[in-house]
Amino acid sequence: MSAVQEAVTDAPAVEAVPKRALTLGTGTSLTVLAALILAPLFVKNFIIFQMTMLLVYGLAVLALNILTGGSGQFSLGQSAFYAVGAYTSAILMEHAGMNYALTLPIAGLICFIFGFLFGQPALRLSGVYLALATFALATAMPQLLKLGYIEHWTGGVQGLVVTKPDAPFGLPMSQDMWLYYFTLVITIAIYVFSVNLLKSRSGRAFMAIRDNEIAASAMGVDVALYKTLAFGVSAGITGVAGGLGAIAVQFVAPDGYTITLAIQLFVGMVVGGVGWLPGSIVGSAFIIFVPNIAEGISKGLSGAVFGVILFLVIFLVPHGARQVALVARHLLGKLKKS
Amino acid sequence: MELFTNQVLAGIATGAIYACMALALVMIYQAIDHLNFAQGEMAMFSTFVSWQLMQWGVPYWGAFLLTLALSFAGGIVIERLLFKPLAKAPILTNVAGFIALFAIINSVAGLIWDFTIKQYPTPFGSSPFLGSQLISTHQAGMIGVTLLLLIALYVFFRFTRMGLAMRAAASVPESARLVGINTSWMIALGWGMAAAIGSIAGMLIAPVVFLEPNMMGGVLIYGFAAAVLGGLTSPFGAVVGGFLVGIFENLAGTYIPGVGNELKLPIALALIVTVLVVKPAGLFGRPIVKRV
Amino acid sequence: MHSRLNLPFAAVAATVIAFASTTSALAQKKYDTGATDSEIRIGNIMPYSGPASAYGVIGKTEAAYFNKINAEGGINGRKIKFISYDDGYSPPKAVEQARKLVESDEVLLIFNPLGTPSNSAIQKYMNAKKVPQLFVATGATKWNEPKEFPWTMGWQPSYQSEARIYAKYLLKEKPDAKISVLYQNDDFGKDYLKGLKDALGARASMVIAEESYETSEPTIDNHVVKLKASGADVFLSITTPKFAAQAIKKLAEIEWKPLHIVSNVSASVGSVIKPAGFENAQGILSAAYAKDGADAQWDDDAGMKKFLTFLQKYDPDGNKLDGSVVYGYGVAQTMVKVLEMCGDNLTRDNVMKQAASLKDFVPDTLLPGVKINTSPTDFAPIEQLQMMRFKGEKWELFGDIISGELSN
Repeated sequence: MSAVQEAVTDAPAVEAVPKRALTLGTGTSLTVLAALILAPLFVKNFIIFQMTMLLVYGLAVLALNILTGGSGQFSLGQSAFYAVGAYTSAILMEHAGMNYALTLPIAGLICFIFGFLFGQPALRLSGVYLALATFALATAMPQLLKLGYIEHWTGGVQGLVVTKPDAPFGLPMSQDMWLYYFTLVITIAIYVFSVNLLKSRSGRAFMAIRDNEIAASAMGVDVALYKTLAFGVSAGITGVAGGLGAIAVQFVAPDGYTITLAIQLFVGMVVGGVGWLPGSIVGSAFIIFVPNIAEGISKGLSGAVFGVILFLVIFLVPHGARQVALVARHLLGKLKKS
Repeated sequence: MELFTNQVLAGIATGAIYACMALALVMIYQAIDHLNFAQGEMAMFSTFVSWQLMQWGVPYWGAFLLTLALSFAGGIVIERLLFKPLAKAPILTNVAGFIALFAIINSVAGLIWDFTIKQYPTPFGSSPFLGSQLISTHQAGMIGVTLLLLIALYVFFRFTRMGLAMRAAASVPESARLVGINTSWMIALGWGMAAAIGSIAGMLIAPVVFLEPNMMGGVLIYGFAAAVLGGLTSPFGAVVGGFLVGIFENLAGTYIPGVGNELKLPIALALIVTVLVVKPAGLFGRPIVKRV
Repeated sequence: MHSRLNLPFAAVAATVIAFASTTSALAQKKYDTGATDSEIRIGNIMPYSGPASAYGVIGKTEAAYFNKINAEGGINGRKIKFISYDDGYSPPKAVEQARKLVESDEVLLIFNPLGTPSNSAIQKYMNAKKVPQLFVATGATKWNEPKEFPWTMGWQPSYQSEARIYAKYLLKEKPDAKISVLYQNDDFGKDYLKGLKDALGARASMVIAEESYETSEPTIDNHVVKLKASGADVFLSITTPKFAAQAIKKLAEIEWKPLHIVSNVSASVGSVIKPAGFENAQGILSAAYAKDGADAQWDDDAGMKKFLTFLQKYDPDGNKLDGSVVYGYGVAQTMVKVLEMCGDNLTRDNVMKQAASLKDFVPDTLLPGVKINTSPTDFAPIEQLQMMRFKGEKWELFGDIISGELSN
């Protein structure tokens, strides 16, 4: 067997998203924002709950986009960070009586450290080997959560029930609506932070590493630092998402954070467009709603229908929602001209 | 000491399962440079096909060979229909394709054959092997077939033109095309062979774990780990990796106090990741050479 | 005189008329969301995909059963609309589906949701919303807490009560036994083990070896090997069907012949014993509360005949050998009974009230002697089991119907 060769001139494993296409145009952004703000006023609580989960998974996919799309490191292990964030929030809320809002930065910080530490041994791995390491992490997490030693805090296999917060200051809105707006504010803040991160020097360092690690290090980029930083930031955001998810669902248990979740987040990233941050919400919508649609079409074959729909999506738009947005922008441009 | 020997032997027995699966994974990696998540499900489906043939009266070896041929053809068909169109798409999109394939095959198998377990026959019998109660004749047979497959693959890749062409197409596609190798068909061939090897793995594993649509889920994880541990470019490594994973796991479960039993898989995986940090291409993999 | 006689008579008549009008007021229809003159909407959550998809067949059986009821005229003239969603055995998804059923589909109650994690996830919500979470499909012991969770009720005998029965048996028949346990590392396995140890009480040290396994492990063979090495002479298999079959087979392969007890969850002849090999399963003990579809001794049983006719007509794909199919039929029949008892008062309150007043109700598929009884303080419908021993190609029941309650 010949040696496996990688040349500096080879195409990178993860393709780049052009800088100017990193976000939506101002007009589109504002419309989406308006829709997100106004929609809950017109729909039932259950739909608001689904929209909250949409934002939560959207954050998790966003984090993965930063890690894989931004710095080019594969990760099939995001469910582990999500779980740590969820349990941190749950334990602090239920055992320490902490206010739910305070638990989120703590969850984020703990996951940031966790991700940063995980990034260290991961430095030496790339491609499919890194995928295995992250896969290992994701598979290990449910079993770690079930450990008898920490059962007193984690609730073991039974999990923990989390209390949902009421709207503060006696605001006239339901718990669901309050939680939605709370989540929305956090999502927007993290989105803005992420866009700025990718446009900043650190972001450029990430992308240099993604596109060509050898060239990047030859140019003086501290590859080790930025790679672990990417892991840390991504884990931190996923942790916050996990915390929010725990509050919305009001329950944490090891069975909710299996490798299936990591795979779903991965699919969400691909469908949304790898590296394209606005696509995260499209990806999130895909993983929440398409299984429901598939179930509606055929209960016995729901998995198969989901697979077929996924295939259709990747055949038609291999680059995900970003491709759709590009096409739409072209068409709009043509319309404007004529 | 006796407990140690017992656990090692039991580990070799389970390790044979992982080694089988790892061989199929290495095969597909050789062909397309990625790991196919759906490999386990394809193996499961092939095993069900052979079971169905036997239900219809076809004798064991007839069903075995027929399934082998059908799996080979099936692998090529899947590649031509579903993954050739994705050849120009980014790698991550291809991985999403593997995930979709996994979902489809699992769901269809569940619908056709439902989820109750089925007994699957073995040509090797189930009595104790050489008087040892830890390895049955079937498991010994499994190890034997795996080793035979390994030798066959080695010979194929090292000494045949087709094998050489496949290796060339996978590692340096442009150069391969320049010398007239049809790289596209090499990929299809790789898929076919991987599917066939997978079907053998499935048919060997089913007698031990019982046949049902979810039987390969756990095996895939272990096979993945074994293949990576051994080095994805080395079938020999895959087999050794399989046995090592089986043994590691058992020893971890037996000797690490307290959590050893509950954390068998995570500990095995942690060990593998540690090995990878020291030897990034796996134990027997060729080192990754980065040319500037 | 005439008038004095008339007065009491008039008083009586007035009282009778007043009483009659109040009872007819009581007999007026009362509905909560999900029930109308023509329809009762029943929600359900099952794992049709994911690791527990083998249990999805329960939902299918229930749907077929409700079709049968509808074809026969419905319940008190109302047709059942059975809405069942997939949660993939994932608690967050279960919460989503429960909310969808209650808030979007507006069902009257959620019936037989499956899985302890999923049910734990929705329990608080269901009780807060005051929607019945009825006859949950899990044997966890915690569904019998009417004070704290008045809207949640179990159905099958709890895992701990089954374990108690085995403990009692061992204490009586084999008091110096050395017990080894193979258990699944989840709520099912752990609940069982706790039940066993609690029931052994001071003699809990009889358990000399425990091995847990994860469902992600392809085979549990090496656990069995380890347990044999412990020198135990009793092997308790707290396992789900696939792993129970593997254990039976491995025990035969390594020629270990302890007293083998297998959990009721994996006692199905068709789904476990037959694939594992009849010759390997001789002498295995278990307990049952329902009849096994593979057992020829019930061929002439009136109840089983009804079950088989149902399968033929409404569920031809249903496999009578699959314990889950028998289970689905039994629990659906219980649901229909409760709704019948509600009459025209289809409020959620009344549904729970009727569910808590079942007296000696016997669905077609339960063992003779096992009866369903509930009360406002007893939310465990089935508590009785009978032990059985595998002989030849079927289970042979022996002993009395035992109650798994602590007091016995």
